[in-house]
Amino acid sequence: MASKDIYRIGTGAGFSSDRLDPAVDLVKRGQLDAIVFECVGERTLAFGHRDRQADPAKGYNPLLERRMRAILALCREHRTRVVTNMGVANVQAAAEATAAVARDLGLSGLKIATVLGDDVSEDISLDAELWEPDCTVGEVGRPFIGANAYLGADTILPALEADADVVITGRVADPSLFLAPLRQHFGWAEDAWPVLGAGTIIGHLLECAAQVTGGYFADPGLKDVHDLAHVGFPLAEVTADGSAVITKLDGTGGRVDEQSVKEQLIYEVHDPACYLNPDVIADFSNASLAEVGKDRVRITGGSGAERPEQLKVTVAFDGGFLAEGEVSYAGANAAARARLAGEVVEERLASVHGSNAPRRIDLIGVASVHASALDGPEESQDVRLRCAMRGQSREDAENLLWEVESLLNCGPSGGGGYRGHITPSVMTYSTFIGRDQVSPSVEVIET
Amino acid sequence: MSRRPLREIAHARAGDKGNRSNVSVFAYAAEHYPVILAQITPARLKQEFGSLLRGEIKRYELPNLNGLNMVMDEALEGGVNESLNLDGHGKSWSSLILGLEIEVP
Repeated sequence: MASKDIYRIGTGAGFSSDRLDPAVDLVKRGQLDAIVFECVGERTLAFGHRDRQADPAKGYNPLLERRMRAILALCREHRTRVVTNMGVANVQAAAEATAAVARDLGLSGLKIATVLGDDVSEDISLDAELWEPDCTVGEVGRPFIGANAYLGADTILPALEADADVVITGRVADPSLFLAPLRQHFGWAEDAWPVLGAGTIIGHLLECAAQVTGGYFADPGLKDVHDLAHVGFPLAEVTADGSAVITKLDGTGGRVDEQSVKEQLIYEVHDPACYLNPDVIADFSNASLAEVGKDRVRITGGSGAERPEQLKVTVAFDGGFLAEGEVSYAGANAAARARLAGEVVEERLASVHGSNAPRRIDLIGVASVHASALDGPEESQDVRLRCAMRGQSREDAENLLWEVESLLNCGPSGGGGYRGHITPSVMTYSTFIGRDQVSPSVEVIET
Repeated sequence: MSRRPLREIAHARAGDKGNRSNVSVFAYAAEHYPVILAQITPARLKQEFGSLLRGEIKRYELPNLNGLNMVMDEALEGGVNESLNLDGHGKSWSSLILGLEIEVP
C-alpha cells in the first residue's frame, strides 16, 4: 500500500496537564501527518473562563507556550500538522501566544488558524433546560461563568483547507479534533455516516493519549506494563475505509494489545451503539480488534448514523470553595482517635460556626474513597483524618481548616501532620443548543 | 466450581460523566464471558454497593469484546464538581467491582 493511502495521526496530549516528552518523541520519530493535543475538560473550560475574566490575555492552556516551543520546529521539519483545543476559553490569545513562540524560534510563514464560535455565553437562553438537575439555566441560582457548545469536525475543515500548520480551537468534541484531518485527507463527505462513525471511534481511542498504550492500566502481577515511566503516546495508521492500526513508537514503554485497547474503547461510553457526537452518532457495537504485531492492534467494524440535530453545551457556574484539612494518627487505637477527632470537627462546625455546609469525614487507611461502600473495614494503625467541606465563601471554607488545625492542641492524643487547602470550585451542567444558534468561523494569522 | 475474585478472570476500567459512572468489565478468556454475563449484573452491584449506587444501573453486553459495560446512575455523590469524595471521578469503582467474588466453573 502506498504511503499516501495511510494517514498517520498521533496524540500529543490527552488532558490539560499531560506529559510533553512523549509528544516530542512522537513528532521526532512518528512520521506523522498530524498530531492532536486534546486539553479541554468541562472543568478546565470553566477555569479557563475564570482566568480570562481575571486577565483578558489568559484563559488558554497554561502549558501552551511550553508545548509549542518544544514541537513547532520539529513539526515543520517533519511536515506534521498540529490540531489542538488548547485555546480553551481564549482561542485568539492562544493563537497570538503561539505566533509569538514561532517568531521567537525564527519560524516565518507559519500559518496559525483559530476556530471560533464555541463560546455561547452570550447566546444561551436562561430558559434552556438542563439535562440534570431538572431545572433551567436561569434557575441554577449560582453566579454564571460561561457556556460553550461542542463544535464538530466541520468547523475545523476550513482551517485545514486553508493549509494551516497549526489549528487552535476552544470546545470541540474530542474525537472531532482527530476526525477533521481524516475527513480532509480522505475526502469523507459530511453525511458519510458509517465512515464518520469509524473515524470518530479512532479519535475516541486516541483522545486520552496514554490511556490506550498502557496508561491507567497496570495492576502489578496481573496486568504488568513494561517501562511505565516512559509510556509512549499513541498513533494510528488510518486507511480510507475507516479502519486503523493503533500503535506506539518502538522503544517506548507501555503496551498496545487487545486488553489495553478494549478498555479505552468503552471508556466513558454509555450505550456503545449510540455514542453522540456533533459529527455523527457513532456505533461501537460491531467494532472488533485484532493483534496484528507487537504493540499493533487493528480496529475494524466501526460505524455510525446521522448526526444529532442539536449540539451539546456545557454551562459553568461558580461552585464556592472546597476546603480539605487532614491530620494523621498512628499506633494503637489510631482509628478510634481519628474518628473522635472527626466528630469534634463536625460538632464545632455546627455549634460554634453555625455551618450547615455539605461536608464529609474520611478515615484514610480505614475507609475513604468509594471503599466506604464496603462493610466492616479492618482497623488500621496508620490513619489520616480527612475533613472536606464545600463553603459558599472563602471564610466558610477557612472555618473548616481552622477547626481541623486546632485539633492539634484541643483534639485527641497524638494527632500530627496537619495540612489544609482551599480550592475555588465550579459547577458544570449540560444542555442543548440548536445548530442555527452557533456561528463557527475560522481566522488565519501568519508569522 | 471455585469461588474467586473477579479480578482473576477479568479486567475493568472506570469512567465518569457527571454523576454517572461506567465500568467496563472484560473477561480475559472467551470461555469466561458467560461467567461474567451470568454473575455481573445490575442486581448484584445493587446488592453489594447499594449504599453508594443510588440510581438505575444499565448493562450493555459487548460479545465482540467478551465484555460488559455497567452504566451506573447517581453513583458519584454528585459527580466530580459536587462530590466531597477524594475520588470524585470514581476511578476506584473498577477495582471495587473486580474485588467481587464469583463462582468459576
